[in-house]
Amino acid sequence: MKILVPLKRVPDPDTKIRLKADGSGIETDGVKFAVNPFDSIALEEALRQREKTGAAEIVVVTIGGEECAEQLRTGLAMGADRAILVKTTANPDSLAVAKVLAAVCRKEQPAFVIMGKQAIDDDSNQAGQMLAALLGLGQITFVSKLELTDGNRRARCSRETDAGIENLTISLPAVLTADLRLNEPRYVSLPGIMKAKKKPLEELTPESLGVSAASRTRVLKLERPAGRKAGVRVKTVDELIAKLRHEAKVL
Amino acid sequence: MNRILVIAEHDQGHLKLATFAAAGFAQKVCAAAGGTFDFLLLGSGLAAAAEGLRRSGAAAVLVADSTELTQPLADRCAQVIADTVRARAATLVVAATSTFSKDILPRAAALLDAGMLSDVIDVRREGDDLTFRRVMFAGNVIATVQLDGPIKCVAVRSAAFAAPAATEALSPVEAVAVDAAALPKFAEFISRETKVSARPDATEARIIVSGGRALKNAADFERLVGGLADQLGAAVGSSRALVDSGITPNSLQIGQTGKVVAPDLYFALGISGAIQHMAGMKDTKVIAAINKDPDAPIFEIADYGLVADVYEAVPELMQKLKT
Ligand SMILES: Cc1cc2nc3c(=O)[nH]c(=O)nc-3n(C[C@H](O)[C@H](O)[C@H](O)COP(=O)(O)OP(=O)(O)OC[C@H]3O[C@@H](n4cnc5c(N)ncnc54)[C@H](O)[C@@H]3O)c2cc1C
Ligand SMILES: Nc1ncnc2c1ncn2[C@@H]1O[C@H](COP(=O)(O)O)[C@@H](O)[C@H]1O
Repeated sequence: MKILVPLKRVPDPDTKIRLKADGSGIETDGVKFAVNPFDSIALEEALRQREKTGAAEIVVVTIGGEECAEQLRTGLAMGADRAILVKTTANPDSLAVAKVLAAVCRKEQPAFVIMGKQAIDDDSNQAGQMLAALLGLGQITFVSKLELTDGNRRARCSRETDAGIENLTISLPAVLTADLRLNEPRYVSLPGIMKAKKKPLEELTPESLGVSAASRTRVLKLERPAGRKAGVRVKTVDELIAKLRHEAKVL
Repeated sequence: MNRILVIAEHDQGHLKLATFAAAGFAQKVCAAAGGTFDFLLLGSGLAAAAEGLRRSGAAAVLVADSTELTQPLADRCAQVIADTVRARAATLVVAATSTFSKDILPRAAALLDAGMLSDVIDVRREGDDLTFRRVMFAGNVIATVQLDGPIKCVAVRSAAFAAPAATEALSPVEAVAVDAAALPKFAEFISRETKVSARPDATEARIIVSGGRALKNAADFERLVGGLADQLGAAVGSSRALVDSGITPNSLQIGQTGKVVAPDLYFALGISGAIQHMAGMKDTKVIAAINKDPDAPIFEIADYGLVADVYEAVPELMQKLKT
């Protein structure tokens, strides 16, 4: 069984985002980058499924520049077996990412793909669903529990929706997207990092895969939202009630 | 000329208010750049829901009614949406942001080879094109963007668009033929674990009372957060910390990866104010925060901040609000 896990390089969730003066992008100088947190959860789940089912090859893949090799090495250090870097200087939108990932899937023929539900930089929450559509496969998004059944030919999932938890089954191969509560990703260990150095990291390009990484989304400008300013401190519950009733008039 | 398809969302036939905000977005596009919009309802037993959509200025209310669509499974719904877009030559597909639209709309977009924007908060016409504004980086960045291609898909934040004024004229209701046998059936529905709550949904409430890690267990959450909410007829919400520890269900999570809300009043009770939480509530009109740490980041965005222990302040608040 082969499991494909896409990983995206994103600014660490704890960093303060600063914009370039001309609004053309975010300031990357001095910014710490990490594997998108939802992708770490997806990879952790792949590792746990391998531990449960015995044999599985786990392949991590990212689309981006040379610098993304760092996140692939993190994936390998967590326990993935090999990595693919699809090199491009374009900043692909979710549809372009899905097209490249679809080409990788056609080549690799994984038993299933598990990936983050959302990249925490663009916050799009699209690529997994788009990948499933392009491959003509089923999808389960926002997975919070995963169990492989029927000799790994089906999966049973719980998913997090606005109304609560939903339980579904799906035929494999399929695309699954991970939500926060699927698991807690392990930390990379020093032996893991040492081993990762020897694991294969293949470099491809969208052209070599026969697809384009061109986006349909054109970003014209980035801005900071109008900030909220801090209001006042009240000293007592009475004062809070008075303010809400008579000043803000919301009670 | 825009031909817009607004995907209506409902919960077992009860229309979601956010659907009307999506229609408001469609009207805004039509006003700026010309065109008309239709609603598309998917599910089964939709007569009442369809009726509820007839006074919002749509050219038509399209209804895809089939027992195979009783549960909103993405593979089936996306197929129906894509087929309808093609049949109607729609150029813009719109839905309000929710887990329903997040699941289905990107899939439909890819079937149509259409680009998609999530979390759109504004739109305007620029020459022959539409320019959108959307939120990214946990609410820290607003991007101005355009989409290439003959079909565009957008999910809009409901708080950013006003529902259309009710019309005298009724939009006609039209059935959309669903070839049940031809629908993809990769996924099968088993069950849904919903906590039936008498409280309003956080995305539809005027007031939200939200609790964080300060609440030590489910009983305390129910007594303090739930109690205050019930007194005010408000919805309840929570930070991720409480959902992770099993104190609140996932459906209450407010934030970057939970629900995004913008009520008139938001009580943040024992919530520190992590950027991921603020991403989901900082467009609220009035924020009232109670936290025992005077340096908690939530105070940087709160209109009214009270440094106090929620276990003392909230019972006092409930007592004094009675008078
Ligand atoms: C990828 C990612 C996505 C995330 N998505 C979300 C999301 O959607 N929503 C979300 O909420 N979080 C999200 N988080 C988590 C977020 O970073 C914070 O960890 C979380 O919001 C903290 O919750 P909290 O404020 O309840 O807890 P804490 O940060 O622990 O804060 C508790 C607060 O309660 C105060 N307090 C304690 N006891 C009392 C008392 N008795 N009386 C008064 N005050 C008291 C403390 O001073 C403190 O300020 C996400 C994180 C990541 C990495
Ligand atoms: N450049 C990329 N390389 C690899 N995977 C990606 C990339 N961009 C997005 N993804 C995957 O798609 C998921 C959803 O991304 P998005 O649609 O951008 O929110 C992420 O969690 C990743 O798993």
